[in-house]
Amino acid sequence: MSKTNLTRRGVLKSGAVAGAGVALPTIFTASSAAAYTNEPTGGTVTLGFNVPQTGPYADEGADELRAYELAVEHLNGGGDGGMMNTFSSKALKGNGILGKKVEYVTGDTQTKSDAARASAKSMIEKDGAIMITGGSSSGVAVAVQGLCQEAGVIFMAGLTHSNDTTGKDKKANGFRHFFNGYMSAAALAPVLKNLYGTDRKAYHLTADYTWGWTQQESIAAATEAMGWETVNNVLTPLAATDFSSYIAPVLNSGADVLVLNHYGGNMVNSLTNAVQFGLRNKQVNGKNFEIVVPLFSRLMARGAGENIKGIVGSTNWHWSLQDEGSKAFVKSFGTKYGFPPSQAAHTCYVQTLLYADACERAGSFNPCAVGEALEGFEFDGMGNGPTLYRADDHQCFKDVLVVKGKENPTSEFDLLEVVEVTPAAQVTYAPDHPMFAGGSLGTCNPGA
Amino acid sequence: MFGLNKKDSALLLAVAVLTMLAPFILNPFPTDSGLAQFNAGYPDLMQRFVIFGIFAIGFNILFGLTGYLSFGHAAFLGVGSYSAVWMFKLLSMNIIPAIILSVIIAGLFALVIGYVSLRRSGIYFSILTLAFAQMSFALAYSVLTPITNGETGLQLSLDDPRILDGASTTGSLPVTSLFGLEMREAVDMAVGPWSFTFSVGYYVCAVFMILAFYLAIRIFRSPFGMMLRAIKSNQQRVSYTGLNPRPYTLAAFVISGMYAGLAGGLLASMDPLAGAERMQWTASGEVVLMTILGGVGTLIGPVLGAGLIKYFENIFSKINDNVLHGWFSFLPDGIEDFIVTIIHPFVGKGWHLTLGIIFMLVVTFLPGGLVEGGQRIARMFRGKKKTGGADAAKTEAAE
Repeated sequence: MSKTNLTRRGVLKSGAVAGAGVALPTIFTASSAAAYTNEPTGGTVTLGFNVPQTGPYADEGADELRAYELAVEHLNGGGDGGMMNTFSSKALKGNGILGKKVEYVTGDTQTKSDAARASAKSMIEKDGAIMITGGSSSGVAVAVQGLCQEAGVIFMAGLTHSNDTTGKDKKANGFRHFFNGYMSAAALAPVLKNLYGTDRKAYHLTADYTWGWTQQESIAAATEAMGWETVNNVLTPLAATDFSSYIAPVLNSGADVLVLNHYGGNMVNSLTNAVQFGLRNKQVNGKNFEIVVPLFSRLMARGAGENIKGIVGSTNWHWSLQDEGSKAFVKSFGTKYGFPPSQAAHTCYVQTLLYADACERAGSFNPCAVGEALEGFEFDGMGNGPTLYRADDHQCFKDVLVVKGKENPTSEFDLLEVVEVTPAAQVTYAPDHPMFAGGSLGTCNPGA
Repeated sequence: MFGLNKKDSALLLAVAVLTMLAPFILNPFPTDSGLAQFNAGYPDLMQRFVIFGIFAIGFNILFGLTGYLSFGHAAFLGVGSYSAVWMFKLLSMNIIPAIILSVIIAGLFALVIGYVSLRRSGIYFSILTLAFAQMSFALAYSVLTPITNGETGLQLSLDDPRILDGASTTGSLPVTSLFGLEMREAVDMAVGPWSFTFSVGYYVCAVFMILAFYLAIRIFRSPFGMMLRAIKSNQQRVSYTGLNPRPYTLAAFVISGMYAGLAGGLLASMDPLAGAERMQWTASGEVVLMTILGGVGTLIGPVLGAGLIKYFENIFSKINDNVLHGWFSFLPDGIEDFIVTIIHPFVGKGWHLTLGIIFMLVVTFLPGGLVEGGQRIARMFRGKKKTGGADAAKTEAAE
């Protein structure tokens, strides 16, 4: 048997040597030709859509994926063109990006940083993706943004609301269209003041990760500035499904407002628990007890059902907006899938179009050229009014919506009403604001 | 060779050749063909194959030899990753100090957990290790956030001290390296329609795995390994002979924890990020699956099991409806949609389902895991031809 072994080894060895010999002339040409990571050379360009398909944010992920598919269809000239017709920049022609047909690969982040990075890596290394987008959790978005910076591809953040994404963890290759915790707080504070007065005691329940921490910090700062007192802040694990044990102490804390810094399935459960405990019918300090959910979405409102009525929060976008861009997007999304898009779908769709448009304007897929085209870019017609992609931190500045759960919804999608549209100027902050300080963009990395 | 008998040398050589040629073996389909979907020869996945191979080999030293089923092995992997990333942050981007520290810390951690857990055996031992691992997970996830950065995961940043490397001047994050040889560096080789990627990171991991595998063979064949087997077959008899089994099991536990630490350190060296979910009980369960799927107590089995699971996780999970429609587009519309609907639950996010079915089939029909499957095939060949092929030599040596 050892004899057969030897022969086999011999065959393998000589085979490998022969193979290497044949390939030798091509080794060097293959690796040195590309000017940047995954330069598309054929007639197609590949984008990577990395969304949570399992885990607490799976609903958002599914909607994001729908939006991405719609965006690719529009970029390739299919469908009715959606927001491409209302977008202020007219560089996109419906023939793909820079004449190359857009293809895409999908992956599952599982709402875990590790899995998300593995998935993004395989998109970059195996499928040759030139841009990665997605994420329904700020932890994941921050992790994948770091990876894209190292690998030398552009990261277009999806649904990520933490200050850190464009604050202390900002990266030159990463861009965010979605708003953040600070903006939510700045938009909510005046509305809360009008509704509930200036003499309130707030109790915070906060999801225990980067998004929860920064949002809680922002809301506490904004409400304290107008006279509210923060009684307590309790951190809850992201994986928690029952919040009764966290709600019970609220009753005896003397607080008269409960702020739920929760999102997705977390928020649905904590709000349900809070309502079950009768918090909303209580009188504390001679005032009605109130609940505030700083970051709202229609998908969450649907999950929470009846309990959402009258509760105030902020959102990036809502399908009932009546500007041309929103109407065009809702129409093409509705035609394709039969229901209106969520705010997660909206931001992902817009990010894909913004990336494609930046490539067209830059005339290249090179991450550095694309980044330059996005920095300081001002646009309109994407559903949020005039918007600026600020060069200092790669954050979009636009109007923020303050919404309230509708008392009498007319359909299962018509759950939120817009209370106020806070103008962009009111939510703008300095790039070196203390809540965003501590990081730096670094320089753009084209890889290879 | 190296103090191994002929069979073991052949096995070691086979493993070495297979890992060295993996970039070819794992990319059997031309890049432009439809089957390229099934290619696994890209650096990240190949690294995972060998790293989780190391993890499973180490786990098998404990489970395969002593029979103690640890349900908390991922804790050591996580601890190893955190140590390595801290080394990158504080000391240097060279992977050697990071890996040394991760092995040491994981070993100490295993010593503490093992000392407590090994007072019980059987199911109580499993539950104790599970409890410890979940405690570590909870600590890393929220309580120890200043050290672990909680849910976001520990990452490098520009203003880390990195005493030996000095301040970064380029404005971008430094990359992990082995004395200047960057881990992410890779060379593409195009042969006709095929394309093969040789990555530095993969070969570093592969060398570590071959060393780990060699060490495992030596442990399996040593008197120490014999003692562990004795404990597995009848612990009472060992005690009555006047031998105290606990130092042996503790040693096995620590060795196996250090293997996990090595795997964690390598994971962080390839991608400098450590997340708490690496320590979650699902991760601990995964290594149990790997070992059982491949073959408990065999040398090569755990490596095969690790490869299979990682392959499913990374390749099957990426087959979406779009891809399916591409495959079956030659069929009439109605039938195409029907077939896609049938297959849909088993691919993409449903890859767990497929893996579960395979696991059930293997456990039911091949209790010895994939290795037993290989042996049966080999026996079939030998029965007919009287000579064993390469496969036979490989699997037989794995007892």
